[in-house]
Amino acid sequence: MTPLLEVSGLRTHFTSFGGTRIVKAVDGISFTLNEGETLGLIGESGCGKTTTCLSIVGLLPTAARIAGGRITFGGQELTEKTSREMRRIRGRSIAMILQDPMASLNPLFSIYRQVAEPAYYHQAMRGRTLRRRVQDLLAAVRIPSPAQRMRDYPHQMSGGMRQRIVGAIALAGGPKLIIADEPTTNLDVTIQAQYLDLLKDIQRDTGVAIIFVTHNLGIVARMCDRMAVMYAGKIVEHGSVRNLFNGARHPYTRALLGSITRLGSKEPLYAIPGQPPNLARLPSGCAFHPRCPDAVPRCSTEEPPEEGFDDGWTVSCWRAAAEPARKEYDRTSA
Amino acid sequence: MSITLQSAYPLLNRLRLGRDLPVLPLAILVPFVLIATSANVIAPYDPTEPIPGAKIFEPPFWSVGGSTRALLGTDYQARDVLSRLIFGARVSLIVGVMGTMVAGSIGTLLGMLSGYLGGWVDQLIMRITDAWLALPAIVFAIFLATMVGPNMWNIIIILGCVYWTRYARVIRGEVLSLREREFVKLAEIAGASSTRVILRHILPNVMNSTMVLASLTIGVVIIAEASLSFLGVGVPPPQPAWGSMLADGRSMLMVGDWWLTIFPGLGILLVVLATQLFGDWLRIRLDPQQRNL
Amino acid sequence: MGQFIVRRTLYAIATLFILSLTIFLVVRLTGDPVTLLAEPGAQEEDLAVIRKDWGLDRPLPVQYAAFVKNVLTGELGQSFNYEMPVSTLYFQRLPNSLELALAATLISFLIGIPTGIISAVRVNSVWDHVGKTVALLGLSVPGFWLGLVMILIFSVWLGWLPTSGQGGWRNLIMPAVALGWYFAASLLRLTRSSMLEVLRSEYIKLARLKGLPAFAVIAVHAFKNALIPVLTLAGINLVIMLNAAVIIEVIFAWPGIGRLLYEGIFQRDFPLVQGIVMEAGVMIVVINLLVDILYAYIDPRIRLTR
Repeated sequence: MTPLLEVSGLRTHFTSFGGTRIVKAVDGISFTLNEGETLGLIGESGCGKTTTCLSIVGLLPTAARIAGGRITFGGQELTEKTSREMRRIRGRSIAMILQDPMASLNPLFSIYRQVAEPAYYHQAMRGRTLRRRVQDLLAAVRIPSPAQRMRDYPHQMSGGMRQRIVGAIALAGGPKLIIADEPTTNLDVTIQAQYLDLLKDIQRDTGVAIIFVTHNLGIVARMCDRMAVMYAGKIVEHGSVRNLFNGARHPYTRALLGSITRLGSKEPLYAIPGQPPNLARLPSGCAFHPRCPDAVPRCSTEEPPEEGFDDGWTVSCWRAAAEPARKEYDRTSA
Repeated sequence: MSITLQSAYPLLNRLRLGRDLPVLPLAILVPFVLIATSANVIAPYDPTEPIPGAKIFEPPFWSVGGSTRALLGTDYQARDVLSRLIFGARVSLIVGVMGTMVAGSIGTLLGMLSGYLGGWVDQLIMRITDAWLALPAIVFAIFLATMVGPNMWNIIIILGCVYWTRYARVIRGEVLSLREREFVKLAEIAGASSTRVILRHILPNVMNSTMVLASLTIGVVIIAEASLSFLGVGVPPPQPAWGSMLADGRSMLMVGDWWLTIFPGLGILLVVLATQLFGDWLRIRLDPQQRNL
Repeated sequence: MGQFIVRRTLYAIATLFILSLTIFLVVRLTGDPVTLLAEPGAQEEDLAVIRKDWGLDRPLPVQYAAFVKNVLTGELGQSFNYEMPVSTLYFQRLPNSLELALAATLISFLIGIPTGIISAVRVNSVWDHVGKTVALLGLSVPGFWLGLVMILIFSVWLGWLPTSGQGGWRNLIMPAVALGWYFAASLLRLTRSSMLEVLRSEYIKLARLKGLPAFAVIAVHAFKNALIPVLTLAGINLVIMLNAAVIIEVIFAWPGIGRLLYEGIFQRDFPLVQGIVMEAGVMIVVINLLVDILYAYIDPRIRLTR
């Protein structure tokens, strides 16, 4: 079966100071996603998660451009599309949910109008059909009495409701892929759990594939089939959630799991010594070596290659092969 | 020790004079100041008297009606336009700089009192500021000039009294946050009087904003002075001011005496443009956060 | 909401009180208003008569009470020269000023808003530099000088437009450009910064993510949000233009309020000058109050936080 989305060797660079400095925000990452599957994209802030997502939807900031690699979606090569063609894909086949439900709705337009827009522009729906469609979408994200509520404006809704409306907007075009960029960071704990359940139900009903961008491993454990761990613009470990949680091979993944946060905690996980690296001045060799507890001299000079294991499990670490996956890791040391 | 360092004058440190100076504004402002200050030396004629034994000359001086005796021509009273422009620059410089200083002093003082003392003082000063802002500045200035009577020093005071409000608002806002800073708290705990805290700790830290606002106010004041002089309630004749030169030129505009209108206006335009550009430069230099002043 | 309106209204009343006191005191304390009214070289007996006629011999508080009463009844006192209530004169001229101010507003919209939008959408492009230049010139080219230069070019040299007076659009165009010029620059600056802020917002990102055409994102989603502060400024500018177009109206012999003020100055008609200034203040304070209330009515966030 051909995957729904195949990203191979994607490199996205930011140029600043008139092209004198290049920041490799995404530096040669590859992953695949099948229909109906959920992939978790994990990493500390600034590791390139969001840039990866924006590369896929073709909405990079002006300073950034895709410097290499391919993004194949449903048999089409997205990196070769014009902006007009990308516009027809966005909102229809690929939708994205942003983090901030308070800020992602336009305060001056009614809920109806904002939910209706994708169907209006992409499917040319009008009048009664469109109204019916919006009601269905709002009902699907469990907005009570949608026919009345759709006349309201964003400020009349609670945060959780607004984020569900953003979800309805994502569903409006009937997408095959939803990219959710930390969609629950700004929600209360109970609302978070409800929202995640809702996404799961929607996925079961529609068979949509989801990329879940987060730094919360609790959410990954609950939502995802597979996970890809990013560090300094690269995927350092990629595999099924079960395998990685049972015994990650990469020291960074192990450190992340060691500092696991509960579902609903708002704190970013932070138990790994040292700071995430500055992408403009990466350390030599493996970018993680200054913070790595298992580093050997080689780590600071040579970049580790990607190594494959069973079950699509890949790791980039000099120590990974030598070190068998530890089933027990010390949770208290973090 | 670090406490005194923090509240020491930050203005001079940040300016770092000599590094990427704004070339265009200085290329206009430096000659302007030199010309204005040495007006009585470099002006070819007395600006208030006709050129002796002369008739009306038209620029350019090489044309039929022109003469090298008056490079930019003469007005209808046969007075040398160039000399009048040079002395007019002096008026614009004096009124612009001193009017701005008066406005800056009133506004900064009231802003500091309002922000630091709070309470009814704050309420009173802010209500006065509102009342001042309710009148369009130029109408207020015309009103005051009519009532007080025109002469250059009155105009300076009047424009100072009209344009202080912006300083008061901005400085008050700054002081509200400065008041919560550690070095101010420590000075208060050490028993410093309000006057001492304001002069020693608050004032040095709001000078940046005052300077930036001042650089942006000068142009406004220069235009306001020209407007008042144009209406005949500014600098009184025969003293040459760019605004009154424009008023004189207006009566000759219909017969096509363009130089009487073009030259003084270009003077205003260039000087105000330069002060605006200089102000923008100063703001970026002194205000790294690029707040809106 | 009710509390908000009450507080704002009290502020407006306080502002008007201070304003009236200022105007009153400026007239009485900066010199003897009688010398303004009287002919130069008038005898002391004549001055005493005038002083009595105008109630200037009474104690200051009594005079102030009379002044406030004049404001409250809407008469604003008698013009010395016209021997009519100032308010009558003011409202006679208001339609002319309104015509000019509306035309100037239109000009400032036509220059300021499109340039501001293009500058914001294409930041740091050639268009942005054009916009910045226009904004800078708007502040540094005095509007009245622009008016004089236009008269020189279009009336004297080319003979296309009449120099003064009222009539059709040919009379209106030069004073409207001269008056709207400065305000075009201020609208441009505000449109640009407001548009930049909106374009950075999350909801614009979401609109793009929906796959909307660029036109719909900028002209519908962004513009509508960016327009609110711009329209507020334009409304306040209109009121200022009504009352502050003194020089432009003098240059173009436009029979508006500004010219009335100018006539008052030269006929030494201090009650007229004082009345016009007060009326301008009242109008601006009232409009500001209305805008504040309207804002709070539209945007619930304001009435909760302020």
